[in-house]
Amino acid sequence: MNVKQLESLETVVVRFAGDSGDGVQITGDQFTNTTAIQGNDLATLPDFPAEIRAPAGTLPGVSGFQIHFSSNEIFTPGDQPDVLVAYNPAALKANLRDLPPSGTIVVDVDAFEARNLTKAGYKSNPLEDGSLTAYRVLAVPLTSLTVKTLEAVELTHKERVRCKNFFALGMMYWLFSRSLDATLAFIADKFKKNPKFVEANSTALKAGYAYCDASEVFQTRFEVPPAPQAPGLYRNIAGNEALALGLVAASHRAKVPIFFGSYPITPASEVLEQLARHKNFGVVTFQAEDEIAAVTSAIGASFGGSLGVTATSGPGVALKTEGIGLAVMVELPLVVLNIQRAGPSTGMPTKTEQADLLQALFGRNGEAPVAVLAPATPSDCFAIAFEAVRIATKYMVPVFVLSDGYVANGSEPWKLPRSLDQLPTIDVKFHTKREGFQPYTRDGATLARPWVKPGTPGLQHRIGGLEKADGTGNISYDPDNHQRMVSLRAEKVQRIVQDVPDLEVFGPKRGKLLVVGWGGTYGAIHSAVRRSQAQGLSVAQIHLRYLNPFPANLGDLLKSYEKVLVPELNMGQLRMLLRARYLVDAVGLNKVQGMPFKVRELMARIQEMIA
Amino acid sequence: MSEKAATLTKKDFESDQIVRWCPGCGDYAILTSVQTVFAELGIPKEQLVIISGIGCSSRFPYYVDCYGFHTIHGRAPAIATGLKVSRPDLSVWVVTGDGDGLSIGGNHLLHALRRNVNLKILLFNNRIYGLTKGQTSPTSEYGKKTKSTPMGSVDRPINPISVALAAEATFVARSVDVFNAHLRDLLHRASRHDGSAFVEIFQNCNIFNDDAWIGVTDRERRDDAVIYLEHGKPMRFGKEGNRGIRLNGTRAEVVELGKDGVSESDLAVHDEADESLAYVLSRFAPPHFPTPLGVFRRVEYPSYQSSVAEQIRSAKEKQGEGDLLALLQAGDVWEVKR
Repeated sequence: MNVKQLESLETVVVRFAGDSGDGVQITGDQFTNTTAIQGNDLATLPDFPAEIRAPAGTLPGVSGFQIHFSSNEIFTPGDQPDVLVAYNPAALKANLRDLPPSGTIVVDVDAFEARNLTKAGYKSNPLEDGSLTAYRVLAVPLTSLTVKTLEAVELTHKERVRCKNFFALGMMYWLFSRSLDATLAFIADKFKKNPKFVEANSTALKAGYAYCDASEVFQTRFEVPPAPQAPGLYRNIAGNEALALGLVAASHRAKVPIFFGSYPITPASEVLEQLARHKNFGVVTFQAEDEIAAVTSAIGASFGGSLGVTATSGPGVALKTEGIGLAVMVELPLVVLNIQRAGPSTGMPTKTEQADLLQALFGRNGEAPVAVLAPATPSDCFAIAFEAVRIATKYMVPVFVLSDGYVANGSEPWKLPRSLDQLPTIDVKFHTKREGFQPYTRDGATLARPWVKPGTPGLQHRIGGLEKADGTGNISYDPDNHQRMVSLRAEKVQRIVQDVPDLEVFGPKRGKLLVVGWGGTYGAIHSAVRRSQAQGLSVAQIHLRYLNPFPANLGDLLKSYEKVLVPELNMGQLRMLLRARYLVDAVGLNKVQGMPFKVRELMARIQEMIA
Repeated sequence: MSEKAATLTKKDFESDQIVRWCPGCGDYAILTSVQTVFAELGIPKEQLVIISGIGCSSRFPYYVDCYGFHTIHGRAPAIATGLKVSRPDLSVWVVTGDGDGLSIGGNHLLHALRRNVNLKILLFNNRIYGLTKGQTSPTSEYGKKTKSTPMGSVDRPINPISVALAAEATFVARSVDVFNAHLRDLLHRASRHDGSAFVEIFQNCNIFNDDAWIGVTDRERRDDAVIYLEHGKPMRFGKEGNRGIRLNGTRAEVVELGKDGVSESDLAVHDEADESLAYVLSRFAPPHFPTPLGVFRRVEYPSYQSSVAEQIRSAKEKQGEGDLLALLQAGDVWEVKR
């Protein structure tokens, strides 16, 4: 009998990689879920091609899922994997460059045959030619073991092979001392209509676990103890799911039903799919004929007294532009979720980027200001979606939410509210009083115009895209009126600042370097700044979740440091805004590779700037 | 507190805005008919909403004292869909034109019709772009000389009725701006229809395309140029009522009663539920056929907004009224204790 060693680790990064059809994302999700329940802090990074099933065994078909889990607080899915699970040669080839020397590779030996090696562009078998000597290679006949394990289950050969991802998952559960329970429950539920598959996948999972226990290949197993989390209830959540829940929660608190008009687009479609499941909350989901109808139907619903919401990605925003301008003009609440992806044009649909900031701020004809928010992490999507609804209804204004592919698909533990009182209130009042009613009179504090539901007796009125006379809302071409209305619409958006909390500085209040980020780069920047501080560097971080209007203390903070660094997954859009608005000599760190920042990239730049 | 629907008059639907169409425009007649019909519908005025796009016709909402929304070019059916689906209690009317509805907004028109959203869509067809001062439209004749087509248009025109039928519209009808009684009767029928109702209205632009429909409106000629469709009745027309439509399979022909032994029993009988017949009729055009006016097709299918509401009702019945805290705390939740 083998005597296995148990080694305790603080933090581990595992990457699963295989064909798009190999079940890599399911495996990753399951590992994540089990790890979350086990109490580790975690962050994930799914990375998949836009093609649904690219030719098997080829490099473009490789799908990946990375999870970083730890017994400490973590903020990113990890720069590089410690363990790479590669289902075929293409998956090994596409991911090997990210693996540090002495990293662990788990491969399916069965997949390393001539045809697959050729498809991946290998001239010789890397398992045999000595090219992997720098790594710890655990070569397992994954496919044949799975097939053999399932001999007793009445399945086709192909069906047996398909269970290999659960065999591999079982191995990982052994390697990192995880419980099988949550995944067994998942399998029982997912395949409940087909008991054969329940049996096969459960058997494969357990067999993978048992194999490691028995095999001499595996001598050491690891444990990653739970992270110290604040007491409370937690669940693991991805960004798009959190956006959907945030909208439902806000609608519930505001007592205004959600109308969600959307057209399928990567990586935003899950928001539509999620919301479509919550009809018992009175949510109306409308899959429109195109992006334009998606936003305009939402505007129609807002006119009727619902909360109009639309979700899309950059190319869809381009189409919605005129509709958003209409919402600015008629001053109705509207929430536009842009799950940004790499552009321009169709770009790289499944890859992340932050290059739609200027589009959100300025991408309309005329002077058409809107509020712009951006979630910092997957679970922050809940708070930001909620906040977007609150601002849209309080100020009668369109609100953009700039999420991105990384935040949308990545996941992390989310501390749940214990009771609904912990959620902010949203106080929506529809105007019903006839006396002195005019559609374009304004609230003294917010400058919002009254929201009137059609059907309200005596308040019949007309709105539209033509310029309005201040107060009456009648069509007006008066020069002074137009100047006044343009200013009023701008001032209304500026006044949102009274609802925007001041930025909190992470680090010294003055010093050599301030790192300013926005949106989904929070985790990477935070890790880099924290580690740099631990090295004794005078560096601080602020992170913007409100992009329009900016928090009131931003200008002062920018002037409290010798240098300002603005890392962004674009060519310098926030940097341009900061330079223009505050006349600071901000410099950028700009990455457009479809992938999030690595902590070491940021740390290198921080060191360079302080040196 | 609502205005007593029973006592409303046309005047109640006149807004305080000065109507700014060109003198002599066909839109005036349509406005009068709509205001008159609105007063007769028995619907409180605050329950009526008019949504329009862009173009001369789309100024319509400003002139009717009910709720109104003058939106952006071509998008009125989509905006109206969002409104009707979220507020099924309202009576929602869309006013559009041949450019707004069939060119820039063609897609939305198709989908509003095929979904069968309970919208009353009035398409004013004047076969020209008026507000931009005289360019060719999707319904302009082939070869038509306009400012944008000085050598004649090389676009083949679209047939709004055929398009609506192809889009699965459940109520498809046609009338003429100045045929007051006919138009008002159609508007009443459209209002009563539970589903999308498409009404093409021939409308004269006396500035940029005067007399576009003179063949239909001219008192001297119109009896022989027009056939009024009436459900369940043989298709007869003409000054003396002595002409009719006979069908040979799907081929229609104009026949004269009493000639060559043709009697009324040989004539096709209009059936609003017969979609093949509706399509055949939609192709009727001068000089060989009279122009049909009236209801081409009327069938009943569940309306979109009622199906949406039914799903929400059913979800609440099966899952119970949404419990937010339970939703947030669903799935694999773990507790960290002190």
